[in-house]
Amino acid sequence: MTRILLSSVAAAAVLASASTAFAQTEVQFWHAMGGNLGEAVNTLVDGFNKSQSEYKVNPVYKGSYTETLTAAIAAFRAKQAPHIVQVFEVGTANMMAAKGAVYPVYQLMADAKEPFDPKAFIGPVYGYYSTPDGKLLSMPFNSSTPVLYWNKELMQKAGLDPNTPPKTWPELGEMAKKAVAAGAKCGFTPQWQTWTMIENYGAWHNLPYATKDNGFGGTDIELKFNDPARVKFIQMLADWTKDKTFVYGGREGKSTALFTGGDCVFHVASSGSAAGIDKALGGTSKYGIAMMPYSPDVIAKPQNSIIGGATLWVLQGRPAAEYKGVAKFMSYLASTPVQAKWHQETGYVPITTAAAEVTEKEGFYKKFPGREVGVQELTLNPPTANSKGLRIGNFVQIRDIVDGELENVWSGKKDAKTALDDAVKAGNDQLKRFEAANK
Amino acid sequence: MEKRVTFNERWLPYLLLGPQIIITLVFFFWPSGQAIYQSVLIEDVFGGNSKFVWFENFAQLFRDNSYAHSAQITVVFSFLVAAIGLGISLLLAVMADRIIRGATAYKTFLIWPYAVAPAVAGVLWGFLFNPSVGIIAWMLQGIGIEFNYVINGNQALLLVVIAAVWNQISYNFLFFLAGLQSIPKSLIEAAAIDGAGPGRRFWDIIFPLLSPVGFFLLVVNIIYAFFGTFGVVDSLTKGGPGKSTEILVFKVFNDGFRGQDLGGSSAQSVILMVVVIALTVVQFRFIERRVHY
Amino acid sequence: MVENRPFLTLLSHLVVLIGVIIIAFPVWMTFVASTHSQQTMLQSPIPVLPGPHLIENYTKVLTEGYGRIGNTPVLMTLTNSMIMALGVALGKIAISITSAFAIVYFRFPGRMYFFWAIFVTLMLPVEVRIVPTYGVVASLGMLDSYYGLIIPLIASATATFLFRQFFLSVPDELTEAARVDGASPMRFFWDILLPMSRTSIAALFVIQFIYGWNQYLWPLLITTKESYYTVVMTVSRQANVVDGVPSWNLLMAMAMLAMLPPVLVVVFMQRQFVRGLVETEK
Repeated sequence: MTRILLSSVAAAAVLASASTAFAQTEVQFWHAMGGNLGEAVNTLVDGFNKSQSEYKVNPVYKGSYTETLTAAIAAFRAKQAPHIVQVFEVGTANMMAAKGAVYPVYQLMADAKEPFDPKAFIGPVYGYYSTPDGKLLSMPFNSSTPVLYWNKELMQKAGLDPNTPPKTWPELGEMAKKAVAAGAKCGFTPQWQTWTMIENYGAWHNLPYATKDNGFGGTDIELKFNDPARVKFIQMLADWTKDKTFVYGGREGKSTALFTGGDCVFHVASSGSAAGIDKALGGTSKYGIAMMPYSPDVIAKPQNSIIGGATLWVLQGRPAAEYKGVAKFMSYLASTPVQAKWHQETGYVPITTAAAEVTEKEGFYKKFPGREVGVQELTLNPPTANSKGLRIGNFVQIRDIVDGELENVWSGKKDAKTALDDAVKAGNDQLKRFEAANK
Repeated sequence: MEKRVTFNERWLPYLLLGPQIIITLVFFFWPSGQAIYQSVLIEDVFGGNSKFVWFENFAQLFRDNSYAHSAQITVVFSFLVAAIGLGISLLLAVMADRIIRGATAYKTFLIWPYAVAPAVAGVLWGFLFNPSVGIIAWMLQGIGIEFNYVINGNQALLLVVIAAVWNQISYNFLFFLAGLQSIPKSLIEAAAIDGAGPGRRFWDIIFPLLSPVGFFLLVVNIIYAFFGTFGVVDSLTKGGPGKSTEILVFKVFNDGFRGQDLGGSSAQSVILMVVVIALTVVQFRFIERRVHY
Repeated sequence: MVENRPFLTLLSHLVVLIGVIIIAFPVWMTFVASTHSQQTMLQSPIPVLPGPHLIENYTKVLTEGYGRIGNTPVLMTLTNSMIMALGVALGKIAISITSAFAIVYFRFPGRMYFFWAIFVTLMLPVEVRIVPTYGVVASLGMLDSYYGLIIPLIASATATFLFRQFFLSVPDELTEAARVDGASPMRFFWDILLPMSRTSIAALFVIQFIYGWNQYLWPLLITTKESYYTVVMTVSRQANVVDGVPSWNLLMAMAMLAMLPPVLVVVFMQRQFVRGLVETEK
């Protein structure tokens, strides 16, 4: 309440000063952050507006990611584009291909002569959104990575140690089976299954998702995720559905209800879901956060995870002078105190290592144990070609295809091998289409 | 169906038609034309890189098995939505028309759902049927029915049909009731005096007199099922599980709006448009001849 | 009533009552959800009876809104929704009743072409032409304005089609009598047709008001100033929580508030239906 009050006072002050200082340049910032996150964005922007008087960033909520992107496209085509638009990570390849529409961040910073240090960023956060030679295309904003959540009460009921989470998939399977035998309605359920069980499973075990370094090396690529390791893994989960060791809870974030409702013992979900899960289950005495399990027969030690979330893209078509303000805003976003606060308030991973260190020093992780796991997973090892990120064209459609095929596995219509082969085949058609459009 | 008696004026009809025609031209034909033009292009979303590809977008669709599958599902879905929606609302309207005491209260509750925005409606039904926390799924489990729409394709389709019907039922009800109430009571009384029972009266008098409204609602419901339901599908199933609820309009919406494939999406909507225009012309020519006014 | 058959009346009550219970159940659950704490809503099973947080939740929604600029956002968005819904409903009725009148009661060159031109607007889904439509509205300078919110949405065939159907059912004798009396077409329209269409107008008003009220995508696309935001947009803002769990209780409280004006319109307009019924009884 006080925060809201303060921010509205601040906003009123900014408005008041805006009417007197008429020379202020306005920067339009379209975002997709609803609910509490929207308030966090507003607070953050207010901070920037108060920090200087030359520019005024105007945050505008434009609905879901899809709606925000569509609004920006419509506006760009009508020459009414905003300066900054927030786009989800799966749109990266399509945004990059849109020549003449986007203003790469590295170039923006160079043109505006803003200091900018790529080394300050956390590897996989930076890597996902940069060119193969390390130039940043869009500014990471809200990034998360999948982590393992577990329900301590259900563990205890099954006679398991509530403070020792499973490290490997076989361990998780055993524990889950015990919990189900002890009365739990569900052993394990993943959120955003394509992202956690296929994409991140690949990075975690250093397996390629697609040829040419997961698409970083070009657009003429083929999908690769139907490898024996993932077929075996998906088949194992499918076998688990028989005795509720694995329960499928729906696409995207729908399965989280199974975990917050106290049905499931284990949940692999976005690190950004921590705040919501905390609220629902009532504190860290009820649940824990650990690194994702790995399959010891595939890799001896896990590699590193990749991110999800969204970045800020700068659009072309505005007077050059205004882009100076955009660059200043980007610098402000990447600054340590802003990132540390954003990380602590929202649960997203910080984009710089310094912000993570500050958070550590402030004792935040002692107060909220488990919130550091996301960063730990991302920085576990220096990223390889397989774990840097994904640069896949028409990725939204490909994820839909994979979702559909996985559902065919869970319902028993197909075995894992057939389903993943079919998904790769249909996905490759999408890639060809994307390649044709962008030759 | 034409009027025998008309007025003779030269300019007045154009003047009367003017506003609607202008708005239709500017805000419908102009953008639609652009959308049709887009169906023969492959371009990146911001329009910077655009290629004319003749009918490649269409050819792509016909090569794709999932498109035919999607068309099949759409036919089943539309039939179910129109049939169930019209059937239930007609039943309720006929019954509500008979009721005198408490009628307003009933009607208010029956019309209320219409005020619920479609996206919220989808969320609500998903909530009620959620396999783990949903109250209806829980009750069904109690009587031995395992309802899990996130895995079972047929149940998912059923749920989407229920949500779509629910969102449209008040609309149908409103029209049927208005239609029923505009039927002169003297006609029904005369039939009653002649000894026709309630069933006979319904089929011989009320039903034929309702047919203009019924025809209108049939068109509206089929168009609603074809075009108006992507929001429900989007918030409930996203076309899944597998592809069992991927109706054509969701594919249009999903490819164009979420996937940003404007060319492919426009091609799909051109096909849809042709199909629906053909369908409506047939409906119009065929059924209107049998409709009594 | 034509005759008195207690059994039939009872049956009617029973059928309608069951219908009401099934159809109103989701709305009831919306209300229930708006009276609990967020924590209760996240755990299974979800309660079926109202909880103790009714006043707290609604106060929060009404006073905080999506609190940013220090004015009264919920009231403002309600006003905007009202302007938009009224504009869409009245605009649609006005342009469609005149065009239906022209199509039914006049013979003129191109009549059927015009009819079909209007009729096909029933077809093409708004989503595929939304990008070009935005372009048109932008080039006319109607972004961030009530005109931009309203005018593009009144191009629709539903109302015209309905009025046409209704006019066709009006007995020709009335037109003949008017012509014998030497009444002009507009005179006939105002004095005879319009009063007769009252029931249709009332029904259409309700439908189009709700259509306008529940518009979500269009206002979201073309407005960037908060002074034009509508209430349904505010609801969606609560629902679209990326990576988090929405505050179901507050979301549903907002949904209830957003629902209230259209429901009131429905309840109020019902009297018009009844009056229409009484008139035909005479």
